[in-house]
Amino acid sequence: MNEPLLEVAGLRKYFPVRGGFLRRPVGEIKAVDGVDLTVNRGETVALVGESGCGKSTTGRTIVRLEEPTAGEVVFHHPERGPLHLESANSRTLRAVRPHLQMIFQDPFASLDSRMTVSSIIAEPLVINKTATGQRLKDRVAELLSLVGLRPEHANRYPHAFSGGQRQRIGIARAIALNPDLIVCDEAVSALDLSVQAQILNLLEELQRRLGIAYLFISHDLSAVDHIADRVVVMYVGQIVESGPVEQLYNAPKHPYTEALLAAVPQPDPRVRTRPKILTGDVPSPANPPSGCTFHPRCPYAQPICAAETPPLLQVGEGRASACHFADTLPLTGAVAAMSPPAGL
Amino acid sequence: MSQLYAAGDDVHATARHEESHLDSSPVLSVCDLEVQFPTPLGLVRALNGVTFDVPRGKVLGIVGESGCGKSVTARAVLQIIEKPGRITGGSITLRGESETTEITGLGPDSKRMRALRGSEIAMIFQEPMSSLNPVYTIGAQIAEAVLIHQTPDRDEALRRAVDMLRQVGMPHPEAAAASYPHQLSGGMRQRAMIAMALSCNPTLLIADEPTTALDVTTEAQILELIRNLRDRAGMSIMFITHSMGVVAQLCDEVIVMYLGRIVERGSVDDLFYDAKHPYTRALLRSIPRIGGNRKAPLEVIEGSVPDPHHRLAGCPFHPGCPKAIPGRCDTTVPAPSTAGPGHTVQCHLYQADEIGHPERAENV
Repeated sequence: MNEPLLEVAGLRKYFPVRGGFLRRPVGEIKAVDGVDLTVNRGETVALVGESGCGKSTTGRTIVRLEEPTAGEVVFHHPERGPLHLESANSRTLRAVRPHLQMIFQDPFASLDSRMTVSSIIAEPLVINKTATGQRLKDRVAELLSLVGLRPEHANRYPHAFSGGQRQRIGIARAIALNPDLIVCDEAVSALDLSVQAQILNLLEELQRRLGIAYLFISHDLSAVDHIADRVVVMYVGQIVESGPVEQLYNAPKHPYTEALLAAVPQPDPRVRTRPKILTGDVPSPANPPSGCTFHPRCPYAQPICAAETPPLLQVGEGRASACHFADTLPLTGAVAAMSPPAGL
Repeated sequence: MSQLYAAGDDVHATARHEESHLDSSPVLSVCDLEVQFPTPLGLVRALNGVTFDVPRGKVLGIVGESGCGKSVTARAVLQIIEKPGRITGGSITLRGESETTEITGLGPDSKRMRALRGSEIAMIFQEPMSSLNPVYTIGAQIAEAVLIHQTPDRDEALRRAVDMLRQVGMPHPEAAAASYPHQLSGGMRQRAMIAMALSCNPTLLIADEPTTALDVTTEAQILELIRNLRDRAGMSIMFITHSMGVVAQLCDEVIVMYLGRIVERGSVDDLFYDAKHPYTRALLRSIPRIGGNRKAPLEVIEGSVPDPHHRLAGCPFHPGCPKAIPGRCDTTVPAPSTAGPGHTVQCHLYQADEIGHPERAENV
């Protein structure tokens, strides 16, 4: 049942900061600083956090769009078994790519404007020599209908489509090779409300039909609540909490998770819980605070928080928290908004 | 006067509150506004007769999806619609502190219009980075507005800039005034933008999706700041957003727009607990919500927003509406009907005496 598909351990990605006349490295930005996570077959794991917390870099490093500085990324290939991606050569990577795909945030930037929709979707099939001729055409038509586009769309160019339709094209391209895992980097963030709902529904439907697992990177906690099975919360390059979505939302075990949930504007005027507002900004990963990186903004901070870095420890079944006081703090979860009006 | 808008009570706030109009006449009245964009592919009717008031000292939310005309409405009020778009009908009336101005009667480049922008009506935009000049310090940019509208004294203007930054809750306002936009975080830049907008004490603040590009935690801070502007300084605010969550948390009254028309307007409670228009209801059902039914598919609004060049007969929502009445919704634009005090809806299901009984209206 819980068959691991992707196992990440101690993943680090440091970017050098260069300065001076010779552009020598003078420091480093620890964008991802020791991330462990597992995605099981067919499940959705959400990676959430504020901008600059390293969630996108984690996703990009997993698929090797960025070279990891340290750590392990093990992908369980259906035929070849566990493969280490962090050190894989281009041949191994090419064998993994069909099974590990990515969808990007901006559907306007991620499609080549000079290619027709059918050639965009066919490209992965052609490169991997999966299909040619009529079979290729049939597969493209099948993919178009899977993502809810019409066959006559095949010969148009991306500019002729709306944002939601473009995201569908991006999804069709990602699922063309029957992947096991798709890294969705803010896949619905740039879309309109009603279109967001369509894309979220599409992702869930594809998961049901094709058993695809998602690493769903997002800052939208409402969308995450809807789609995710498990949630991983990141702050300044590190995981501060992880756990099953329902438990993590109802009873967070880290003050940062509590603050994030309290800040979500709920679509219900009577749930005007004036959020315990986080003061200040996310610290720079080039110069993170001592001890727990969250301590300067944490309303519960104690002297120990500035002195010692809390390790990510298990706090119950399938849950982990990196807080010195994870077991004792009385943290409040998300308040459920009213249910929507019935259909007319 | 420290932290006037950000926190704490302040004498200045009460003073301003009293000197502003005590009457309840709306700050801004927009009547039958029409905006058109002649394009090579044909005429795009961005606004088709939009009528609403911005109540004094309240936050009016304008909500809708991209292309519904919410930003065009805001830009029309300031007469900064991008060319070739222009106002082709209707009126916009501003009731300022001292005088009433017919904005549609002024030329977009007229002296009076230029004087209004910034001093009487100020606007903040979605992306603060593109509305701030990267080569000037924050302080100099805020001082510029003060120099144009209020005082010729440079030092006084700079002092006032620092003061404004303090009022919007900027930590280390002196240092912030001396820094360039790229040195500030997104939330800080948005605070700087708000400080700039408030520097000349405008009668009306127009906010065009000011929190869309921000993180939830920063968004909560900016929303709190805007709530304080309303509560402590009695500011009238027109807030444009596509987020139902932001509407619920911030607005007093709400307008829902679809394809250049207002489909429903009412208090925030009317909208969330007693929405009438099929589009409003569908919109509310389409958003993922915390604690909602996990894994149940979200409601999808059928069909897509129609081609803007194509002029649709009847109600703009009829192609996607589950309750469209053939022969009526696709031919006649519904007139506004009252659904309660201050709650109006433009839908054939609720015409005349049929309010609240869509089932009966269906059989008409």
